[in-house]
Amino acid sequence: MEKTFQSILFEDRRAGELRAAEPTFFSDLRLDAVVEELLSGREEYDLAPFFHTPLREPGEVTYRQEVARDLERGEVREVVEDFARRMRAMRECLSLAGKLHHELQKQRWFLDAAGVYCEAVRSLARELPQREPASRGLRALSDYLAGYAGSEEFSGLEEEVRALREDLAGVVYTVHIRGNRVRVDTYEGEEDYGDEIERVFARFARGAAKDHRVRFRDPPELSHVEERILELVARLNPDVFGRLDEFCRRRRDYLDETVAAFDREVQFYLAYLEYAGRFREAGLPFCYPEVSEEVGETRVEEGFDLALAASLLREGGSVVKNGFHLRHPERILVVTGPNQGGKTTFARMVGQLHYLASLGLPVPAAEAHLHIPDAIFTHFEREEGVERLRSKLEDDLVRLHEILREATGESLIVLNESFSSTTLEDAARIGTDLLGRIERLGALCVCVTFIDELATLGEETVSMVGTVDPEDPSVRTFRIVRKPPEGLAYALALARKYGLTYEDLKRRVKR
Amino acid sequence: MRVLLMHRDRDFDPGGGLPENTEDLTRDLGLEPLLQAMASGDDFVYEVARKALLDGLSEPEEILYRQRALADCLEEAEVVREIHRVAIEAIEGERKVFVGLLHDSPRSILNRAVQVLGMFLGHLRRLRGLADEHAGSFSSEAFGRFFEMVRRDLSDDYLAEVERHLGELEFSRGMLFSARLGRGNRGRDYVLRVPRRQRLLERLPFGDRSGYGFTVPDRDVSGFRALDELSDWGLNRVADVTARSADNILGFFELLRAELAFYVGCLNLRDRLAARGEPLCFPTPEPIEKKALSARGLYDVSLSLSVEGRVVGNDIDADGKGLVMITGANQGGKSTFLRSVGLAQLMMQCGMFVPAGSFRASICSGVFTHYRREEDERMRSGRLDEELGRMGRIAERIGPGGMLLCNESFSSTNEREGSEMARQVVRAMVESGVRVFFVTHLYDLARSLYDRRDGGMLFLRAERLPDGSRTFRLLPGEPLPTSYGWDSYRRIFDVRA
Repeated sequence: MEKTFQSILFEDRRAGELRAAEPTFFSDLRLDAVVEELLSGREEYDLAPFFHTPLREPGEVTYRQEVARDLERGEVREVVEDFARRMRAMRECLSLAGKLHHELQKQRWFLDAAGVYCEAVRSLARELPQREPASRGLRALSDYLAGYAGSEEFSGLEEEVRALREDLAGVVYTVHIRGNRVRVDTYEGEEDYGDEIERVFARFARGAAKDHRVRFRDPPELSHVEERILELVARLNPDVFGRLDEFCRRRRDYLDETVAAFDREVQFYLAYLEYAGRFREAGLPFCYPEVSEEVGETRVEEGFDLALAASLLREGGSVVKNGFHLRHPERILVVTGPNQGGKTTFARMVGQLHYLASLGLPVPAAEAHLHIPDAIFTHFEREEGVERLRSKLEDDLVRLHEILREATGESLIVLNESFSSTTLEDAARIGTDLLGRIERLGALCVCVTFIDELATLGEETVSMVGTVDPEDPSVRTFRIVRKPPEGLAYALALARKYGLTYEDLKRRVKR
Repeated sequence: MRVLLMHRDRDFDPGGGLPENTEDLTRDLGLEPLLQAMASGDDFVYEVARKALLDGLSEPEEILYRQRALADCLEEAEVVREIHRVAIEAIEGERKVFVGLLHDSPRSILNRAVQVLGMFLGHLRRLRGLADEHAGSFSSEAFGRFFEMVRRDLSDDYLAEVERHLGELEFSRGMLFSARLGRGNRGRDYVLRVPRRQRLLERLPFGDRSGYGFTVPDRDVSGFRALDELSDWGLNRVADVTARSADNILGFFELLRAELAFYVGCLNLRDRLAARGEPLCFPTPEPIEKKALSARGLYDVSLSLSVEGRVVGNDIDADGKGLVMITGANQGGKSTFLRSVGLAQLMMQCGMFVPAGSFRASICSGVFTHYRREEDERMRSGRLDEELGRMGRIAERIGPGGMLLCNESFSSTNEREGSEMARQVVRAMVESGVRVFFVTHLYDLARSLYDRRDGGMLFLRAERLPDGSRTFRLLPGEPLPTSYGWDSYRRIFDVRA
């Protein structure tokens, strides 16, 4: 027996546990930009807290993965998006009902809000089960909606709205204007004068003629003349306007809380899937990661950094995908290679993949087997002036110390040129020791560094290297591959290209 | 109401785009002097003439339809010019009717449309008068039908009805609109209605039992603005319909002007050439398949319009020929001949007379020119690319039945390469049913084609008299090993033979 529906995001709603504030690593991993972009246009739902609150249990993650998989199916997403559109339209009606000042207008907007709401619920309740969702979340929702939409309360509301709308639509009246005198009356079949003019000039008609119709603004407010006319129309039709008035009093609280919460929370998925869709359209893969609680095997095929890919797509660039594979006891990825070769991007990618997996969402990779970390810590080199060098190293070390204190064997630590603000010798020494600590801690770690020695510390360490085009060493491939650090090879190749190796220079200088 | 003076079954489209190769044709065939003569200072006639020339007809029947209408025009030039003036005055009159300050309000749109229609009523009556008076002197199908339509569609009864409606649209008894309740109970779907006379009279004394009324106080400025706005909503459809009617009638006059502009252009050209004593004839268009081309005294009309005195015409008998190779002396009239063939073809295909004593030719599916571009000398390395690029673009558009005029094509590389490329192009074109006229110095090319002794080819050579002087005539003749550029060279450099 499935549980009673509580929330599309949590099988068991845990009130008060959402984090309003952005996690500290968001900007290092550029997740701030990702979340901002994917939420744009959905501000009204206040979804950020959901993106700031990772899950911990694989069960919670799969609850969401199931829902997301359902929503990836066009026929399911379609009905949910349709529902969302209607609910949005409903809120617009309500906002006008609140803003406008004439009672006859407020009433009509309120009626429309209720009408749109009824259609939203009715259509979702009818369509969703037909699309056969497989997730626990959407199935429980279907059951809930079946009960709600079948209730006396709801169908009564629906019927009342229908009758009122129909009667109002049937009201046709005439307005006669002569100078400053206005008369309002019931329409009695008077002929359309435009038709007559059209007939008279028909013999001159040619193909497509320019349209002279003016498009008017359609502001919701009425002028006082229109208000007078509306009042007179109401006087000509006392029955329907009387019922409208009574409806608005009685049906003030028509909105169901669970339905309203679903409307908001499902946007968490829709926002992300829409965002992911842009990448998929460009041929980039997304997948549902297999998640495990313990640090075991970690594997990613064709992963990419979402934030970078987003800007590359905007500029028409192509996105390079990278993978890695850690088998027990491997836990530390040390990334070396040429500058601007994609090392930082790789580190970010690893962080993003883990975080997005912990939100229960598909991740930017073709295949992923990931551990859900209990926390993510990042330490990225920041652009600083030389004068701050000394204090910067201190700040860095303080921060690194904090990280090591807080992290557990379940954590993910992403270090990016963390010890670069000191001499090579010191940096190597600090790095070696730090990685030794992380190794003993058992945490998963990505470490971007220019210090090759760190890549060969022990069996927990895996060396990843940024590569260049063998034909032209000045061209980066942005591929990060598993191999021993390359030392001077890259620098020499580049020198040859410009004829600046030892032999080249000797020959050239001799001439 | 349709004009149908240019085509039997459709309107002439002066605004339609010109063919992609317009620029090449204009430059290579020297269209400018011809167009200027037709325009005689009227830019609009210029545009129409250019459009008609470059966008020719494709069936002999269509060509004859225009030729007959043009023959009427040559006879009754003054009547045609007068109808043209009526059209121009209607168009210019319309432009002068002021739009008003609130040009985007249906009230002012309606107001202007009513004024314009009132003015057009006068022009339509003039047109009717001309038709009544002169219809009998025109014998072509095009003009016969046009006058008949004017007399039928612009009857006295009809013109009176139009006048009455223009009066109604002043709304001296107020405006009656119907409406419904739209979003937020705002009135929508305002429609102007024809009031029911009797009921309106019943309503007029205020305090009656039907409906409710109110009066906007005199000083209520925003109230009056609201009334205006409401009228605008209600008048939107009628303003649109009325303005469109005015546009339609304007469109009729514009089309009339455009279609007559072609004939007026022809009249202008006829007057110019007649004054110079140059001959003109109506050509005989033949179907594409016949590959007909025979002419007597065919001359380059643009050259004639640009020089003093008369120019030399050529006779040509190229019936059944798919390829005409033209070789021979520089300054010997080869380019002039090539132009005269292209121009006469364009003129015939738009229904005009042609500059010749007689002219009979198959129509073609399109005229294309591929001329050597002298000014490209400066970018030596890219010239062959450029040439091949242009030929490639021609190949994209030309089809069977097309006419390709080549002037010194493929001369931007050495003779061997150029000849080989040209041979391949020419062969492919001719075999695809394109008629090729090729002026060339490439002896290798001309000779190798000549040696095939193919009956579908004609070889012409610029005539050179024994004393070395040119006659500017082209006569059948095999290609000779060198062009007479050697003459010039020898003379200038004083080289001994």
